[in-house]
Amino acid sequence: MYHPTVARLTYRGLLGRRRAAILFVLPVLLVAISAAVRLFNGADDQVAADLLGGFALATMVPLIGVIAGTGAIGPEIDDGSIVYLLAKPVKRPTIIFTKLIVAIGVTMVFSAVPTLIAGLVLNGNGQQVAVAYTVAALVASIAYSALFLLFGTVSRHAVVFGLVYVLVWESLFGSIISGARTLSVQQWALAVADKVTQGEGLVSSDVSLPVAAVLLAVVTVAATWFAGWKLRTLTLAGEE
Amino acid sequence: MTTLHIDHASRWFGNVVAVNDVTMTIGPGVTGLLGPNGAGKSTLINMMGGFLAPSTGTVTLDGRPIWRNESVYGHIGVVPEREAMYDFLTGREFVVANAELHGLGAAEAQRALATVEMEDAQDRKIGTYSKGMRQRVKMASALVHDPSVLLLDEPFNGMDPRQRMQLMDLLRRMGADGRTVLFSSHILEEVEQLASHIEVIVAGRHAASGDFRRIRRLMTDRPHRYLVRSSDDRALAAALIADPSTAGIEVDVREGVLRVQAVDFGRFTELLPRVAREHSIRLLTVSPSDESLESVFSYLVAA
Repeated sequence: MYHPTVARLTYRGLLGRRRAAILFVLPVLLVAISAAVRLFNGADDQVAADLLGGFALATMVPLIGVIAGTGAIGPEIDDGSIVYLLAKPVKRPTIIFTKLIVAIGVTMVFSAVPTLIAGLVLNGNGQQVAVAYTVAALVASIAYSALFLLFGTVSRHAVVFGLVYVLVWESLFGSIISGARTLSVQQWALAVADKVTQGEGLVSSDVSLPVAAVLLAVVTVAATWFAGWKLRTLTLAGEE
Repeated sequence: MTTLHIDHASRWFGNVVAVNDVTMTIGPGVTGLLGPNGAGKSTLINMMGGFLAPSTGTVTLDGRPIWRNESVYGHIGVVPEREAMYDFLTGREFVVANAELHGLGAAEAQRALATVEMEDAQDRKIGTYSKGMRQRVKMASALVHDPSVLLLDEPFNGMDPRQRMQLMDLLRRMGADGRTVLFSSHILEEVEQLASHIEVIVAGRHAASGDFRRIRRLMTDRPHRYLVRSSDDRALAAALIADPSTAGIEVDVREGVLRVQAVDFGRFTELLPRVAREHSIRLLTVSPSDESLESVFSYLVAA
């Protein structure tokens, strides 16, 4: 199911393109803000939870997920270089699964690791806040990668759709309509984070843990399966 | 694993029919797929390469369907027309990756790079390559698993004459080895130099098939139209129409030109200067007015 050559081409493509700069900018920004907050405000569990929840999990993780998930396959389909992968005796679901693993890995490294560092800087992992949000970021990385990899497989405008999902659905609708929060990767990840923290009220989710776990699994598996199916029937139109 | 069968295959995109009920068999040796731009050559090659499903009909390799059948790629090598490659890799890394995807390794990649004579530049990034070098690396990536069928979409585009000769030699050798080599081109001379067998596609239809000499003759025997300006148009017209090689002449008074339709190309090209000399008429302009490829090809469809 996993092909090391596909993985190598994918991560080199991901980190070699210009949009990869955003992968580095956001984590640096998070750690810098955290350091500034700690310096001027001291260690505060609530502030740490707010910053990690509001910036790290709500903004940084999904944006990095969009870049890694769509970037793992979208550019190759766009410019047609995917043909070199498709014209090989390699199962199409293997290509998708490998790209998913790479996207998850990249998203985790560039979002979960800085989240942990930021959490440690903010309050030294008091009340397990840093670990909780790190776990949330790890969990969210998986679902976001699968979702945005699917977007990248089915649409040339995957980045736009990804941003619309993150900014409009999760952030805007999620803050106005409570029902929208049930169908939000961010809320599912928060449900997991909630379980890990010790302090009451530091992390809260509108979704219960069992529901969140089931939805995370369903979205990840379904998106990956569908992306594999789409790749099998991907047609490369000529330049005519 | 050497014979491609296209059986009543059509492909449409929305309302546009790109390939219209084409049936052909492509066996060992070099076959040229000739047609003007936009005729459906790439669509046909994409169907043969398994990147496009036929809307109706079938495309098979020795009886096995190509669409949604990854196992055929063990036998097929594809050289796409599009330029896009993994520009951030070196030529060697790219060909090695292609070998690995076939379950092969660096040794096969090196052999393929040697075949296309790209060893000197193999450690440079593909992004720095010229069009001809890209073409050769694409070629190496398609040859790495020693395929019995090679599909090339406009392989000579952007190549200089020397590179063109090299690639032609290579394809000729592969054809002589008993491989099935199919390449598309919109340039008759290219196809003529390389392919013993030609399939002509015009406007999505299979217009002609066979030996290049026969097709060449069809192309030169068609009626030719010329636009002629001379010092005495009427005298020239009278002299030309007397010869059977000329089928019709219009004296366009407003434009001040003769529109000549010639039926015997060889004879007319010899007749025109002779007649002009005999009648002391100066020829000011002689230009073919329908030499566009489209008109040449559309004549073939009717033939």
